[in-house]
Amino acid sequence: MATEKRNKEEEEVKTDDGSPKIKPRPIVQLGIFLVAHSPVFSVVFSAAGVLALLILPLLAKNTYISENALMPGSARSMLSNRDVSDGSKLVKDIKNYRLNHEGQVQKLVGKYMSEMVAEVYYQKFHPEGNQFHPLHFFSGPDSYTLLDNVSCASYGVNVAGIIRAPRGDGKESIVLVTPYDFINGGDYEALSLGITSTLFSLLARVTWLSKDIIWLVADSRYGDYRPVAAWLSEYHSPSFKVSDLLKCGERNTADNFRRAGTVAAALVLKVDGRSERFEDTLSIYAEASNGQMPNLDLINVVNYLAVHRQGFYVKVEKVVSLLSSSWLKIIGEIFEAVGKLAHTLNPDWNFGIPVADYLEGSATLASSLYSQALGIPTGPHGAFRDNQVDAITLKVSPRFPPDSKTRQHDFFLRGARLLEGTIRSVNNLLEKFHQSFFLYLLTSPSKFISVGVYMIAFALLVAPLPMVAASLYIEGCKALTKSTDNPTENLKSWKWLDAAKQVFALHLFGFIVTLLPYFICQVPGQHSPSNRSIMWGTTSSSLLLITFAAIPGCSPFTSRHHGTHWAVLKSVTISAAFIGLCLMSIINFATAEIGALLLVPTCLMAQPIKPALRSRRIKSMLGAFCSMVLLTIGFPVMFFAISKGLFGEGLVGLSLGGEFWTWLESLWAWKSATYLYIGMVHLPCWLLCLCILFHPS
Amino acid sequence: MASLVRSWIPLLILQSFLVAVAFGSKEAEQFSEALLLKPLPDRKVLAHFHFENRAPPSNSHGRHHHLFPKAISQLVQKFRVKEMELSFTQGRWNHEHWGGFDPLSSMNAKPVGVELWAVFDVPQSQVDTSWKNLTHALSGLFCASINFLESSTSYAAPTWGFGTNSDKLRYGSLPREAVCTENLTPWLKLLPCRDKDGISALMNRPSVYRGFYHSQRLHLSTVESGQEGLGSGIVLEQTLTVVLQPETTSVETNMQPSWSLSSLFGRKVVGSCVLAKSSNVYLQLEGRLGHESKNVDTEIEAHKLWKNADFDLSLKPDRVLRESSGLLFIFDIDKSSDSEPFDLGLNWKLPSKWSCQQAPLQASRFLMGSGNERGAIAILLKATESQEKLPGRELTDGRCTIKANIFQIFPWYIKVYYHTLQIFVDQQQKTDSEVLKKINVSPSTDKVSSGMLEMMLELPCEVKSAAISIEYDKGFLHIDEYPPDANQGFDIPSALISFPSHHASLDFQEELSKSPLLSSFKEKSLVRSYTEVLLVPLTTPDFSMPYNVITITCTIFALYFGSLLNVLRRRIGEEERFLKSQAGKKTGGVKQLLLRLTAKIRGRPIEAPSSESPAAESSFLSTKLIFKIILIAGAAAAWQYFSTDK
Repeated sequence: MATEKRNKEEEEVKTDDGSPKIKPRPIVQLGIFLVAHSPVFSVVFSAAGVLALLILPLLAKNTYISENALMPGSARSMLSNRDVSDGSKLVKDIKNYRLNHEGQVQKLVGKYMSEMVAEVYYQKFHPEGNQFHPLHFFSGPDSYTLLDNVSCASYGVNVAGIIRAPRGDGKESIVLVTPYDFINGGDYEALSLGITSTLFSLLARVTWLSKDIIWLVADSRYGDYRPVAAWLSEYHSPSFKVSDLLKCGERNTADNFRRAGTVAAALVLKVDGRSERFEDTLSIYAEASNGQMPNLDLINVVNYLAVHRQGFYVKVEKVVSLLSSSWLKIIGEIFEAVGKLAHTLNPDWNFGIPVADYLEGSATLASSLYSQALGIPTGPHGAFRDNQVDAITLKVSPRFPPDSKTRQHDFFLRGARLLEGTIRSVNNLLEKFHQSFFLYLLTSPSKFISVGVYMIAFALLVAPLPMVAASLYIEGCKALTKSTDNPTENLKSWKWLDAAKQVFALHLFGFIVTLLPYFICQVPGQHSPSNRSIMWGTTSSSLLLITFAAIPGCSPFTSRHHGTHWAVLKSVTISAAFIGLCLMSIINFATAEIGALLLVPTCLMAQPIKPALRSRRIKSMLGAFCSMVLLTIGFPVMFFAISKGLFGEGLVGLSLGGEFWTWLESLWAWKSATYLYIGMVHLPCWLLCLCILFHPS
Repeated sequence: MASLVRSWIPLLILQSFLVAVAFGSKEAEQFSEALLLKPLPDRKVLAHFHFENRAPPSNSHGRHHHLFPKAISQLVQKFRVKEMELSFTQGRWNHEHWGGFDPLSSMNAKPVGVELWAVFDVPQSQVDTSWKNLTHALSGLFCASINFLESSTSYAAPTWGFGTNSDKLRYGSLPREAVCTENLTPWLKLLPCRDKDGISALMNRPSVYRGFYHSQRLHLSTVESGQEGLGSGIVLEQTLTVVLQPETTSVETNMQPSWSLSSLFGRKVVGSCVLAKSSNVYLQLEGRLGHESKNVDTEIEAHKLWKNADFDLSLKPDRVLRESSGLLFIFDIDKSSDSEPFDLGLNWKLPSKWSCQQAPLQASRFLMGSGNERGAIAILLKATESQEKLPGRELTDGRCTIKANIFQIFPWYIKVYYHTLQIFVDQQQKTDSEVLKKINVSPSTDKVSSGMLEMMLELPCEVKSAAISIEYDKGFLHIDEYPPDANQGFDIPSALISFPSHHASLDFQEELSKSPLLSSFKEKSLVRSYTEVLLVPLTTPDFSMPYNVITITCTIFALYFGSLLNVLRRRIGEEERFLKSQAGKKTGGVKQLLLRLTAKIRGRPIEAPSSESPAAESSFLSTKLIFKIILIAGAAAAWQYFSTDK
C-alpha cells in the first residue's frame, strides 16, 4: 500500500509541473517503472504465483523433532501381555453386553476404568450446541448456558477416567479421547476402546508419569465433535448454575466432574474400516477450525513412532482425483526433467523429485490447503484447538477383520505402544509445545512446507494488485481530465471518491448478505435447504437492486457519461480486493491463497464488454471472453459446484442451491472465517467486477 | 561405631547433668523420636517420622547446646523467630483416601514445593527485614531456593485467613521447588543421631523418595519461660511423612497388602537413638471398632487385638490404646538390638475395607477459560460423606452453618478483579452478604507485591456444593522477569481452605501424655486442606529467535516511520524549485555528451528532456539495470558452476 501511495504522489508531482529535470529516487523510479509496465508485470507475477504454488511440493522439507525433551522412542515400551488381555477382555465384554442388551455400555467402561484405580465420572451433554449467531464469530468457546429448555429425550453421556500421576504435582494433564457410539457402535470402533484400555491399564501402574492422564470415552451418537466439545466446555468454562440436564437419567452427575490441570496435549484415537494395504494404516488428521494446526512436533512424534517403531503405514488425507490427473503429471515430468538437468549441471542441486512423489505431494498439499481453507476441523481434535490445546486425530485401520482374535492381540500391542510412546514423549515435556511450527502445510506425513516458503506464492499472486490499481488510477484520472473541462472537478485527489462510494456500498451489501442467513433461520416453519437458499437468493438480489437504485452512480446500467470512469472504479475495486486478501491471509492463509487464485485473475481481467464488442478486434474480444468465463467461475455457487465436481462428488443439478446452503450452514456453524471471506470480500469484489464488465463506457 | 557411642554415653550423661546443675535450670534438653505407621484404605502405607527436640528456657544466651541443633537456636535468636514452619513436599495428598480430618493430615498435608511461614517477635517495621534475612539463612541451611521468597512479590502477610492471628506473620510458598535428598540431608543433620541410629536409620533414600507422597516438615516455636531474666525455650519438631506402596505379590485386588518395616524401607531398626528420651513405633489402625470390648485387661482379649482372624502383627505391642475411630498399638524399640532387630510386620488375612474421616468440605481449584488474555479461578467445595457426622457445626441465628476460611495469594501478573467474585451455593448464585461473613482483600501492585484474598464463608450445613469464581487478566512481564522455563507457564500457589469451627484431635480413652507425638495428636488442630497448584500459561516472547524478532520489528518501524515522516515533512514545491535552480546552473559535460550521442544514434535532434515521459526514461534506465543484473547473475552462476564442479 505504501508503495502505491508513493507512486501516486510521485505521479502527481510529474503531471503537475512536468519538470523532468528532477531525478526521482531509485525506489520511486522502480515504482514508476512497475506501474508503467503493470500489464506485463501482472501477468508475470500471477504466473509466478501459480508456478510457486505448483513448485511447493518440491520445496517441502523433511520434518524433524524440534523439541529435544520429547525424545520419542528412546524408552523401551513397558506394555505387557497382561495389559493387552485387559483390553481384549473389555472388547469382548462390550460385544456381549451389546448382544444381550444389558444396559448402558458406559457403565461397563466406567467399571473397567475404576478397576484400574482411575477416578471415573460420567458427564451428560446436550447434542445441539452449534447455533449460528452473527456476533459469535471469533468469540471463544462459549459455555452452553443458554440452553434453558432442555429436553431429556436426547442427551449423551461421556465417560471419563483420570489417572493421577503418582509423584506429579497435578498441574498438567494429557487427554486421550476415544469416540464410541454406545448405541450402535461397530466392531471396529470397539477396538479403539481396546487399545486405549490396554494403554490405560499400563499407565495405572507406571511410575514415570508426571502429568495426569484423562481417558475420555466420548459418546459419538451425535457426532464425534460435539461430545468432546461439550466435555471441554465443562472442563474449561463450567456453569455453576443449575442445569436441567442433570435431572435427566438416574445418575446424579451434578458434582462429580473432575479435572486435572492444564491440558498439555490431546490424542483422539479412532479405529475404522479395514486397511486396503498390506500393513495397518494410520491416518493423521490435524486441521482444526480456521486452518489452525497443532504444533508440528506432535505430528512428528506420532509419525516417527508409527513408522520407525510400530511399522504402521502412515498417511495424511489427499485429493485422490489429483493423483490421476494428466496435467499435473505433465507438470511433474517437467519438474523432474528440470531437476535432472540441474543435477547434471551441479550435483549439489537436488531439488528434482520423481513424478510419483510429486503427484502424491501435490495431492496431499491440495487436501491440506482445502481442509485449512474450509476452516472446518477434520475431527474431534478441533475442539481442543479451540481451547489452545495441541491435538490430533489418529485413525487406525487394521488389516484384519474385527473378529480375528489372533491378529487383534498384535494390533492392540502395537496401537497401545504407539500411544504409550507418544504420551511418554509429551510427558517428558517441561514446557508446552512451542519449539516447532504452527504454520505449515503437509505434503506427506514426514514432509512439510513452512510459512516462509508458502507465503511466497501468495505474495506473488497479490503483488500485481497495487501496481495495476495505481496504473489504472492514473489512466482513469487522465481520461477524466480529458472528458471534463470543469476546473472544480479537476481536483484529482478526490476522483476516487465516487468509485469508493460504489465499492463501499457493495461491501455493505455483502455484509448484509452475510448476516441474512441468521434472519432466514429465524423465519418460523420448517424449510428445506433449497427453499432457504431461494429465500436468500431472492432477498439478496432485491437488496442489490435497492442498492443500485438508492445510490446514484452505483448501477452499471445507468448510462451517465459523467459517472465514474471504469478504470478508477476498477482501481478502487482492486485495492479493496487487495486489502481483503491481505487481511484474510492473516486470519486463514489457505482461504486467502485459494481466494487469490480466483479473485486476482478476475479482478485483473475485468474490463467493459461494450467497447470490446464494438472494436471487433480479436484481442479485445478474447479479453472480454476470458473475463466473462472468470466471472462465471468466480460466482461462489458456481465455484462450489465446480469444486464438488473436482473432488469427484458429482454434480447434482437442481438441488445445487440446497447443497450450497447446507455447505454454508456448516461453515457458519463451525465459525469458519471462510464464510465471512465469501460474504464480505469475495462477493462484493465479484459484483464490482460484474459492474465493470457491464460498464457503459 | 555403636560400641564407641555406648562407651561415651555415661560420660555424656554425666556432663549434661553437671551442666544442668551448674546452670541451675530445672529442665534438661530433651529429644524424642517416634514413627507412626498407618495402613491406608487404598492399599498404601503411611509412615510418619516424628522427632522433637526441646531446649528449655535458659538465662545464658549463646551457650552451647547438648542435643539441640546450634544452627536453629542461632536462627531463632538472630531473627527473633517466635514460630516458624518450613515444609518440603513432593506429590499430592489424597484427601479422599488418606483422610482429611485427623491431626496427621491437617498438619502434614502440605502444598507441593516449599512452604514457609514465620511469626516474628520484632517491632512491626522490622518484620519484613527479618523475613528476608530468614529466607536467606534457611536457603543456605536447607540447600533450597527459599531465598526466592525474599522478593516482596512472593510472600504475603495474612491477617486471619491463615489460622494464626498475628500481624507479624509472613507466608510464602514456592510451588515449583523440586524436593530431593539434598534437602533431606541438612534436615537430618539437625537430629542428634542423624540417620545413623534409631528410627531415622530407616530413611533409606530410594525407598523414601519412591513414595507417592513425601513431605518433610520443620516446625519450631519458642516457649516463654515466664520468669524474669530467663530467655525463652525452643521446641523443634521435625516430621517426615511418606506414603509408600508395599510390594505385593497377591493378585487379589481387594486384599490389603501385607508389609513389614524391612519390606517398606529395605532396612530394619537396630536399637533406638541413645540420646533420645523416648523412641516408640506406633501402628494406627482405623475402623477397627468391631472388636470393641470393655475388658481389655485380660490377656486373651489383648492378644486378640493384635492377632486375630483379620490380621496379625509380627511383634507383640507393648500397649494398645483405643481412640474414637480405631486402635493404636505402641511398640518400644529400646529392646531391639543388632542380633534382634525391630522389624514390625502387618499381615492381612482377610480382605478389609474402611474409609478415612474426611474434612467437611472437599476443595478443588481449577482455571477457567482459555487463551492468553484472561481467565478465571474457581474453587469448588464439595460436601463429603462424613460431613453430617462431624462435630463443629454452629448455630447462628437458628441456622446450622459450616464456616470455611479461604486464603489465597495471587502473583501480581494474575490481575484479579475482586469485584467479579461470584459465589454459588448448591448451584444458586448468592449475594456476598448471604454467605460471606468476612473478607479481606489486599490488591497486588505490579512488580511490587502480590495480591491476597482472605474470606470466611458461612455455608448452611446441608450444603452439597459451593463454588467461588473470580476473574483475572493476565499481565505482561518484562523480558528479564521470565524464568528460564517460561513456556511451561506460571504457577499460582495453593489456596488454603481451613475450617475454623472444626478441630481434629485424637481422643484416647487412657491418659498417656508422655510421648510428644501423641500429645501433639491430642491437641486440637485446625482442619485445613491445601488445593492444587495451578499452571497459568502467559504470553511469552519467542526467546529462541530474539534476533529475528528485533530485525523484523525494526524493519517495520523504519519503513513505517520513514515513509510517514517523509510524507509529513517534505515540501515538494520548494524542493522542485531548488532542483530547478540547480538544473539551470549546472549542465554536466558528460551528460550533455551522452545526450548528443544518443540523439545522433536515434537520428533525432536534441530534444528537451521535459518532453520525455518519465516512465520511458525510467524504463530505459531499468532495462540497463536489468541487463547489468543479468550479467552479474550469469557471471555468478558461471563462477558457481566452475568452482564446484571439479
